[in-house]
Amino acid sequence: MKTLEETSRRNFLKIAATAGGGLFLGFSWSGAAALPGVVTPESAAVGAVNFNSFLTIGADNIITIFSPNPEIGQGIKTAFPMIVAEELDADWKLVKTVQANLDTSKYERQVTGGSGAVPHSWERLRKAGATARYLLVEAAAKRWNVPSTEITTETGKVFHKASGKSATYGELAEDASKITVPKEIKLKDEKDFKLIGQSIRNVDNHNIITGKPLFGLDFYREGMLFALIQRPKAFGLKLKSVDSAETKKMPGIVDVVTFGNSVAVVGKSTWQVKKARELLKIEYEKEFDLESSADHNRIFKQLLDGGEAAVRRKNGDVETAFKNAAKIVTAEYQCPFLPHSPLEPMNFFAHVREDGVELVGPTQTPDRARTEAAKITGFPPEKVTVEITRQGGGFGRRLAADYSIEATHVSKLMKAPVKVVWTREDDMTGGTYRPAVRYRFEAALDKTGQLIGYKLRGVGMNAGNPTREDNFPSGAVDNLLIDSVDHKSPITTGPWRAPITNFLAYAEQSFLDEVAEAAGKDPIQFRLELLEKAKKAPAGEVKYDIDRMIAVIKLAAEKSNWGKKKGVHQGFSVYFSHRSYVAQVGEVIVEKGKPVLKNMIAAVDCGIVINKSGSLQQVRGGIVDGIGHAMYGNLTFKDGAPDQKNFNAFRLIRMNEIPEVDVHFVDNGIAPTGLGEPALPPAGAAAANAFYKATKKRLRNQPFIEEEAFKNIS
Amino acid sequence: MALLKLQINNHSYETDVAEETPLLWVLRDNLGLTGTKFGCGIAQCGACTVHLDGEAVRSCVLPVSAVGKRKVTTIEGLSEKGDHPVQKAWEEIDVPQCGYCQAGQIMTAAAFLKKNPKPTDAQIVETMSGNICRCGTYHRIREAVKSAASKTK
Repeated sequence: MKTLEETSRRNFLKIAATAGGGLFLGFSWSGAAALPGVVTPESAAVGAVNFNSFLTIGADNIITIFSPNPEIGQGIKTAFPMIVAEELDADWKLVKTVQANLDTSKYERQVTGGSGAVPHSWERLRKAGATARYLLVEAAAKRWNVPSTEITTETGKVFHKASGKSATYGELAEDASKITVPKEIKLKDEKDFKLIGQSIRNVDNHNIITGKPLFGLDFYREGMLFALIQRPKAFGLKLKSVDSAETKKMPGIVDVVTFGNSVAVVGKSTWQVKKARELLKIEYEKEFDLESSADHNRIFKQLLDGGEAAVRRKNGDVETAFKNAAKIVTAEYQCPFLPHSPLEPMNFFAHVREDGVELVGPTQTPDRARTEAAKITGFPPEKVTVEITRQGGGFGRRLAADYSIEATHVSKLMKAPVKVVWTREDDMTGGTYRPAVRYRFEAALDKTGQLIGYKLRGVGMNAGNPTREDNFPSGAVDNLLIDSVDHKSPITTGPWRAPITNFLAYAEQSFLDEVAEAAGKDPIQFRLELLEKAKKAPAGEVKYDIDRMIAVIKLAAEKSNWGKKKGVHQGFSVYFSHRSYVAQVGEVIVEKGKPVLKNMIAAVDCGIVINKSGSLQQVRGGIVDGIGHAMYGNLTFKDGAPDQKNFNAFRLIRMNEIPEVDVHFVDNGIAPTGLGEPALPPAGAAAANAFYKATKKRLRNQPFIEEEAFKNIS
Repeated sequence: MALLKLQINNHSYETDVAEETPLLWVLRDNLGLTGTKFGCGIAQCGACTVHLDGEAVRSCVLPVSAVGKRKVTTIEGLSEKGDHPVQKAWEEIDVPQCGYCQAGQIMTAAAFLKKNPKPTDAQIVETMSGNICRCGTYHRIREAVKSAASKTK
């Protein structure tokens, strides 16, 4: 058993009996340091509001845990309660999770993004479970008049072996609510975990497979109106005039309202509104340049050659290193814009009433939806409620609040409950894309094949800084310069699963493959040598864990039987993102002259794995996502408008196109790091490098399917 | 607008809608059967898959007037207790991530297995490739269809 010295009291601000005679424990999700001073349980009895989440144990033995973070398919609604239940020695069959509504007075970081939920909450969830267990044990000791050290717990029951007494948690819950929360709480030794590390099924499975209304689009309210919005058809246009006469004549249409550049058609059903929207006659005028993909390609080259770059990292003397180089390798890589394409299109319900605003829907950032609604309506934020639904994917798209803002506007104008629904075409043409980027890499090698100089310039379309200047190989190269230039485009962009790294990792890990080849070295050995160099003689600060990276590289090499398979072309990639380390080997075989990605082998270090089943799928899904978009994903523009408007033109990966994915987790006992995103970034390069081995053609642009290597191949 | 009679999940429904309205939106907006999902509206993703006399169809492009007297089965009516072999396999193999596409996947698989109780792996892949899963749960979908096939008589 290990003891946490930090005062646990601070994290348990409310303890009380429930109405039904159970235990109610309010616990903090924030670190002690984030709390405003010490609040003792005594001073924060019933009525206090400054606590964070709830754990209740009912007299019926049901343990209920409110899960604050939005569930978009990452499995948080299953993983969070698993952590609590582990320390509590709960009976998993009796644990129930409830999605909490937005409540910033109770929760902090009620966000799904950055692969951060489990790392952020790991320790406090454990403490919550351990504290509840402590209270139950003490209650039993008191009731039976035996020392608490003689009491054990197992699957929702308390035992005193010597006397043969036992009680369920439910039977002890009310007594437990009268025990004082301890100053320190002992947590289990990780070796004693029973639930953590097991395969636990998604807690919503049954509701999903029976078609229960779980998602935002499934939310209906009596008297609710439906709204579809006509947004400008190209980025750079603004609204000039609207003629909605024909639209308003259509059956089921209640009104047409305008705000900003948006024209909302409001009516009694989705289909009626959709048909009527087609009859709008709207004139637009140009506000900004209407950019096409050809413009972007030209701008990329201009910025790579002459843009005013922001220096992101500089070590040593790059110019001298390149002057002295025996060999210089240069390559450029480019990635297109991408829509997020969560399968549930954007939608949100809003009801702006006289006394406040009710919002319901799928959002990764409920607080942003609330803040924006408060701004629009003039209500203070506490008059805005947000109910978070289950979400049909997110991938970063639902970090933006544009669609909840629309719902608020329309409800306010209509003085009625309204649900804004986006069609797939609205979704694909509606912006906040992954930005398009282009990179220029230059590497200087000395006579012995040592990497002595490295230059990277990243240029992007509203990409901000498209580099991760402190990631590998930074720290391993003495002379290094990383800079970037951004082009301000009217095309809107936003975070897309593993922002920046989802394309940077592909480009950089592909380029390193080129450099290894030029140096005459095995790509894995080349990286290991660089990491050894970073360890022994770091060039500037090293902001990643070298040993963790080496470990996943070696594990992937071992599990893929690297370099020893006949007829199999292997490609390697490794990346650090969202605090985790993932190495991947792609395996391509040539079938009837066609290169086919057959296998992906992944070695993952995300620290302790909470849910084996969820984690395995998270990695597989991340790899399928990464491969799919690298192979096929392409959003191009003509005069400011996307050319692809639905899945007939924008190709998503399907079952017949997936590789087998073999996943290996590193078992190192480190507290959990991120997992929702880190498996995606390395996938593109592992595939590209394997395809190169098979075809001898580099894949320097996404999507791969449009590259030379795949030309003349059906 | 027309008053239409529909047989859905062994219940009779009457609804007053324009004849060209896709069955999907009648199910969702008029009848409150929201288990059938909207994904693309052009029969590309399969999230809206329902059965028409046992055949898997894309309800997003099927005008409600074309249903006629044929029996409609949605995910809500696939089984009474959610214990159709395909649904059970989906739970056992822990298929869903976000879960949004899964009703359509299950309906596609159930209709397929009814016709092909002993499918080859290639047939499973061919059929299920019509449905998109944006989370990438394809490996488990494939496994679940195989598992359900082995248990379907």
